[in-house]
Amino acid sequence: MTLTGGSGARSPCVCLDGDVRRVVILGATKGMGRAVVRKMAARGDRVFLLGRNLEDLRTSVMDLDARAAGAAAGYAECDLERPETFAPALDQAGTALGGIDIVVITAALFASQDALEADAELMRRLLSANFTNTVAFCELARRRLMARGGGTLCVFSSVAGERGRKPVILYGASKAGLTRYLEGLDHKYRSQGLITVCVKPGFVRTSMTAGLSSPPFASDPEPVAERVLRAVDRGQPVVYVPAIWFAIMIVIRSLPRFVMRRIGF
Amino acid sequence: MKTAVLSGWGRVPTVPGVEIRSENLEQLTRNLPLARGLGRAYGDAALPAPGDLAVAGTTLADRVLAFDPATGLITVEAGLSLDDICRVFLPRGFFTPVTPGTRFVTVGGMVAADVHGKNHHREGCFGAHVTSFKVRIGDGRILTCSLTEYPDLFRATIGGMGLTGAILEATFRLSKVPSSWIYEERQRIGGVDEFVDALKAAAPVWPMTVGWIDGLSRGPGMGRGVLFCGRWAEAAEAPRHQPPQLRQVSLPVDFPEMALSPHTVRAFNALTYQRYSASRDGGIVHPYTYFYPLDWIAHWTRMYGRRGFTQYQCVLPHAAGREPVRDCFDLLTRSGGAFLGVIKDCGPEGVGTLSFPMPGISLALDIPMRDATQRLIDGMNELVISAGGRIYLAKDALTRPEHFRAMEPRLDEFLAVRRQYDPDRRIRSAQSVRLFGW
Repeated sequence: MTLTGGSGARSPCVCLDGDVRRVVILGATKGMGRAVVRKMAARGDRVFLLGRNLEDLRTSVMDLDARAAGAAAGYAECDLERPETFAPALDQAGTALGGIDIVVITAALFASQDALEADAELMRRLLSANFTNTVAFCELARRRLMARGGGTLCVFSSVAGERGRKPVILYGASKAGLTRYLEGLDHKYRSQGLITVCVKPGFVRTSMTAGLSSPPFASDPEPVAERVLRAVDRGQPVVYVPAIWFAIMIVIRSLPRFVMRRIGF
Repeated sequence: MKTAVLSGWGRVPTVPGVEIRSENLEQLTRNLPLARGLGRAYGDAALPAPGDLAVAGTTLADRVLAFDPATGLITVEAGLSLDDICRVFLPRGFFTPVTPGTRFVTVGGMVAADVHGKNHHREGCFGAHVTSFKVRIGDGRILTCSLTEYPDLFRATIGGMGLTGAILEATFRLSKVPSSWIYEERQRIGGVDEFVDALKAAAPVWPMTVGWIDGLSRGPGMGRGVLFCGRWAEAAEAPRHQPPQLRQVSLPVDFPEMALSPHTVRAFNALTYQRYSASRDGGIVHPYTYFYPLDWIAHWTRMYGRRGFTQYQCVLPHAAGREPVRDCFDLLTRSGGAFLGVIKDCGPEGVGTLSFPMPGISLALDIPMRDATQRLIDGMNELVISAGGRIYLAKDALTRPEHFRAMEPRLDEFLAVRRQYDPDRRIRSAQSVRLFGW
């Protein structure tokens, strides 16, 4: 048993039973979540998949079975737009895995700023799913992890939350809120064993960004997953993926408002 | 705003177009009938036809749906890459029954081009190992095809360049291999005639053969090169560890056109030729260096500079004798030559209606795009027609429709299947419009 609940930025991930990490992941059937869960399965972690489409989840479990037999412990329905699904899904995962060491959330809604401005209902849905409901899910996960002495909560936020930017005002606002919440969790609970990892992807070519023209420094899910796993293992509180976005965001954060008003970024 | 453009692996032609990607091919292909995988077709096979802006990018649909280690039978979504298959299954003793010269292709693309490899004389094309697939056809239906269900559609889709429908899933058989390593023997070959003989002599002995051929040297040394024969290493002779992950480097920018000139390539070719001893030598090699010699450089096509290049691949039937091979090389080397040449003997014709290989000698030649390139391709095609050979659509960018028709007696059968399953002519590519008119 290796229980490490220290406060150092590099404290390794918390494992309660032996070496096998037990992971619940919401959003594992697509994009970056799919890449993350494959890498975890390949290295011997036990994973439990949550998502909103049972058929799709079943297919992803078959994929994991073919790639790394025995890695997938099961799947359950969990929809970010239906908070009543959260607790039963986490309970089911906990039972199937015999405890949870790591909770990963890659799921979120996305829509362009134009689409959100044109459709108030879509805007309300996106803001609720990406902020209120994601936080509600995290709170349930946090209590479960801490009841067992600690664990890692790895949540995908976005670089879009770093600065109010014209193309992603509403999406960015939802992610800004999420980022601040995760920062607060890290400050309050790290000493009690809860490691929070806030992932901030830049532009990654997934179906979420399909149809958008890729800017320079666009990346693919696989290298992103590699870096996310390293951050989870080290308990790094914030990780930019790909790494270049750390530098880009330093620049963006330092731009004065009169510049931000003028540029389209 | 800059208009989005797409091109094939040779980077010419370039057409306006975007690739829309999704994990859900069933949904994606409802409105985007032409599929594109990893974009390794050299010419215009995976480019939208004029007026059709978007293509369905399949690479996110990359799940393994079933695998049976007892039989090697595997069912996958069409966007799964061969690279992924190698990574997951080679350490477990399985390998694709047929591989092209790059592992950055999708299974959907392998079916659509009916790819062949160094073992063609033994194992045939990839299509020979495909038992069934699911395809969304032009009228919107999704059909499961095999040799017994919709056999006409099955055969037309294998090697059909995506023109009969978008492949959603495919089932094929992985081969069991005795180790993850290759035993390779190399032999220098003095000229083109000798090459044809050497390939024929090696075929009954070696399961895999391929020749690197100097596409620039003329005179008595015309068509000289190195023959690579290979087989999977037995467990006893192979290293005990798995082959290491090879690092990939990337060419960040286009080279200037003069970087790859006949002079520099001639010097490079001479060095390469001299590096191999005149007598045979052999040893254990990494499977990727054997199968995928160019994959270690990402974007290697940037070496050809901004104007890009075309790869010309034809097969010349054995029945026509050795002369056509020599004639092709003669014409090629008189017209500036090819910077890279690959020679290989092919076995029997595949199951696909338009499948490329036939018993004969296949030549694949990388030719930089210059003003005279179209004339060279026309001349090569005339030689191919008179020899009774044909060209490979996965590589083609420049063949004229009348030439293609002249070398392809099977075309009418193929177009009849297209007409039957896509009566409204929804599925088109830049290549199909160029060669068939729709």
